[in-house]
Amino acid sequence: MAEKFIHFKIKRQDGPNAYAYWEEFKMPYSPAHNVVSCLMYLREHPVNINGDRVEPVVWDSNCMEEVCGACSMIINGTPRQACSALIDELEQPITLEPMTKFPLIRDLMVDRSRMFEALMKIKAWIPVDGSWDIHRHAPLISPNEQSVRYIFSRCMTCGCCMEACPQFHPDSKFIGPAPIGQAKLHNSHPTGKFFKEDRLHVLMDEGGITDCGNAQNCIKVCPKDIPLTDAIGEIGRQTTMQWLRDMFVK
Amino acid sequence: MWPAEPKSTDYCRAAHRLGVPGRLEGVARKSETMAAKPRIIVVGGGLGGLWATLRIAEQGVPVDLFSLFPVKRSHSCCAQGGINAVLDVKGQDDSIWQHIVDTIKGGDYLADQPPIKNLCEEAPGLIRTYDRMGVTFSRTPEGIMDQRLFGGVKNKRTAFAGATTGQQLLYTVDEQVRYHESLGTVTKYEGWDFLSLVLDDNGVARGVTAMELSSSKVQAFKADAVIIATGGLALTYGRSTMSSNSTGAPAARVYQQGAKCANNEFIQFHPTGMPGHDKNRLMSEACRGEGGRIWVPRKKGDNRDPRDIPEEERFYFLEEWYPAYGNTVPRDVASRAICRAVRHMGLGLNGQDVVYLDLTHQPREFLERRLGGILEMYRTFAGEDPCERPMKIFPATHYSMGGIWVDFEKDSQTGAMARISPRNHATSVPGLYACGECDFAYHGANRLGANSLLSASFSGRVAGDSAVAYIKNLSRTGNGTPDSAYQSEQKRQEEINSGIMTCDGGENAFTLHHQLGDLMRECVFVERDNEGLDKALQGIKQLKERSRKISLDHKSNWGNQSLSWARQIQDMIVLAEVIAKGARLRDECRGSHYKAEFELKVPEGKFEGDPEYEKYKAKWKANNDKWLKHTIATHTENGPEISYKEVDISVLPPTKPRDYR
Repeated sequence: MAEKFIHFKIKRQDGPNAYAYWEEFKMPYSPAHNVVSCLMYLREHPVNINGDRVEPVVWDSNCMEEVCGACSMIINGTPRQACSALIDELEQPITLEPMTKFPLIRDLMVDRSRMFEALMKIKAWIPVDGSWDIHRHAPLISPNEQSVRYIFSRCMTCGCCMEACPQFHPDSKFIGPAPIGQAKLHNSHPTGKFFKEDRLHVLMDEGGITDCGNAQNCIKVCPKDIPLTDAIGEIGRQTTMQWLRDMFVK
Repeated sequence: MWPAEPKSTDYCRAAHRLGVPGRLEGVARKSETMAAKPRIIVVGGGLGGLWATLRIAEQGVPVDLFSLFPVKRSHSCCAQGGINAVLDVKGQDDSIWQHIVDTIKGGDYLADQPPIKNLCEEAPGLIRTYDRMGVTFSRTPEGIMDQRLFGGVKNKRTAFAGATTGQQLLYTVDEQVRYHESLGTVTKYEGWDFLSLVLDDNGVARGVTAMELSSSKVQAFKADAVIIATGGLALTYGRSTMSSNSTGAPAARVYQQGAKCANNEFIQFHPTGMPGHDKNRLMSEACRGEGGRIWVPRKKGDNRDPRDIPEEERFYFLEEWYPAYGNTVPRDVASRAICRAVRHMGLGLNGQDVVYLDLTHQPREFLERRLGGILEMYRTFAGEDPCERPMKIFPATHYSMGGIWVDFEKDSQTGAMARISPRNHATSVPGLYACGECDFAYHGANRLGANSLLSASFSGRVAGDSAVAYIKNLSRTGNGTPDSAYQSEQKRQEEINSGIMTCDGGENAFTLHHQLGDLMRECVFVERDNEGLDKALQGIKQLKERSRKISLDHKSNWGNQSLSWARQIQDMIVLAEVIAKGARLRDECRGSHYKAEFELKVPEGKFEGDPEYEKYKAKWKANNDKWLKHTIATHTENGPEISYKEVDISVLPPTKPRDYR
């Protein structure tokens, strides 16, 4: 039997100001590989398809079980987590590219700080007086409310939805789908809603909810199947109500 | 709040800063030395580090938080099953005392007991706080927090958020810390690798050096106290349940600078890992808590589809061997039982290192609701539906009970750890604190499931409070560390880097890691013997030599991931030696550490009162007199020097052996 290979075509770039170039790699096949385990093999054996020893591909990963959100990249044209991209389910040659909407560090590694800054902007936290015990629980939450909140609180800030969104890019101010999902999550909490107005005002401002073009790409690529378009719809309604309140109640 | 600005000029010089707070860039000018506030460095942004950060920031003390990656991606997010706290909401008359007893016994008595008392007593308050912070804990129909059963206990005591509890807790504390970041009290250095402590002439920690991973630039940072919260070290075993950054390197670094380590030979092998190429993904203990049964076919080499094997031809060995606890025996007991069934009885599936973990008898809807996150993971990585077919699992390296030795102050009135003291969670290096998995406290020789999220949160809180208490005392005398101390440590680290960058010894850092992992999994695993451990120590020595001759494939400074890995593998080898040496010298069985040669066998079918059992108990007592001691490792040029230290057993003195039959 002919020896089986895994064939990669990787878009590389030595630094933010360097030219990008494609480099191909072939490595021996074995079952149950995923893209991260292959990149691990290639960093130990960094030899390209021409037999040249090159600098190993740089990428980001940590948990390798799709809960930390680190290893997002574009695999065969789709933004997704590399650790859960099983080789047996991918068409070869497998193309790997860095996400394009975030500043590039090197090869497949990008800087997603903008997402964390957005979480700060929308006050994605529940206000508490302090981390000490006050001998009381939070208000009761029904199992149904909990299960809706749980779906949104599994957002890993991986950036796939931001990458897929046509409205989010380095030159736009749009905050992007993931932070809107987090605004919905925190607005739905019995005490989190104390900041609801603040959050809505951020999302009514420049780069807020009205910049969403309703392409619905976000929901298609989310690795955790978070219903981001529901959140956008919900926050859209909330901002309308807030706008009316701002007009008439003040 | 911080009571008053320190006035000492010595102190101000130490806290001088330019540009980004915390950075040391050149010599102090007088005008910049005024009114500098004391600040604390926290290394590691998992649950422990974030709790420490939060507590310090709440008291108005600025924190510089260092992490290899955005803190939200820390390994705490991989914890699945839940967090223990006695809420007693299941009508089982659960009690805090029972939680204390279970934790002490689960750890086979090898943990200082006073801090365990605080851990369990304060757990319900911690859970209430988490609840207020908005953790999406799973609920009962009444809307209160649900609790489930975990290993080594008989009551439902584990609060959970689906099967991604660690992720949910981590995100919640991350959010709280982000609030303090928005106030300017917390400054994050994400994408920085901690390299070393800056010690003054008296050996007191006065700051750190760290390397920015994108540029490989080394820099010194000043601080008045340092907290290390860098998690586990399971990557020392190559493949494990841990994230690819859980190398333990920072712990190894402070160890080599004088911090003592303790009980490192106690490594938890989680009974239910999914064997894999790159890692052994964890299938939570919650699977067993929710009714999962472990079995193998009774007949050797029975290759039938598991669903075709009738009930009477299945060997539910945990249920047969431990009828009282069944499938929810503690992890050390379960892992050994699996090894016995597979390696000694030859009953592994297809002769391989695999057994079944079976949930298929439970309704799909129930499983999805209670275990959704991990079932999804199993489907993704194994390509099979665990609701339809039993999962295939085997023990995998998981948690390090041992770690950096930390102190505590005992409250003479309560017999517990003092509520606030600069001694709590202090390491043997003054000014250095440790919390979370990288410390050695609470779990003794074996950790109970769902006690790790508890100890990470709790110890982070304690370490934060202790560090603040420490700098309050310190500010009276002031920090007179000269800038030259920072500059020379920075230079030393830069020289180590350039040494590695220019070395042409031909060794590959990644290959060395595989070889270290293979050696540790072969010789320092679930079942150990002295011959194997000698082999491990020999092998580690050779790897240590070779790790000094690494050639990097990355030649440039920018985005050089091989450089930090080369340094980490050198440190993993140091830790491996501490683990193997402690194991070699400990001639007994305790918790996760097992040597067949020294096993005291429980007389089968005999219980208390039976003369045979009493004879066994007497032997057990004699063994405790000899071995109920902390292993203490001190770094020397020639490897770890091992000594022993008494365990504080004042809360529940051991009167009878652990027995889960």
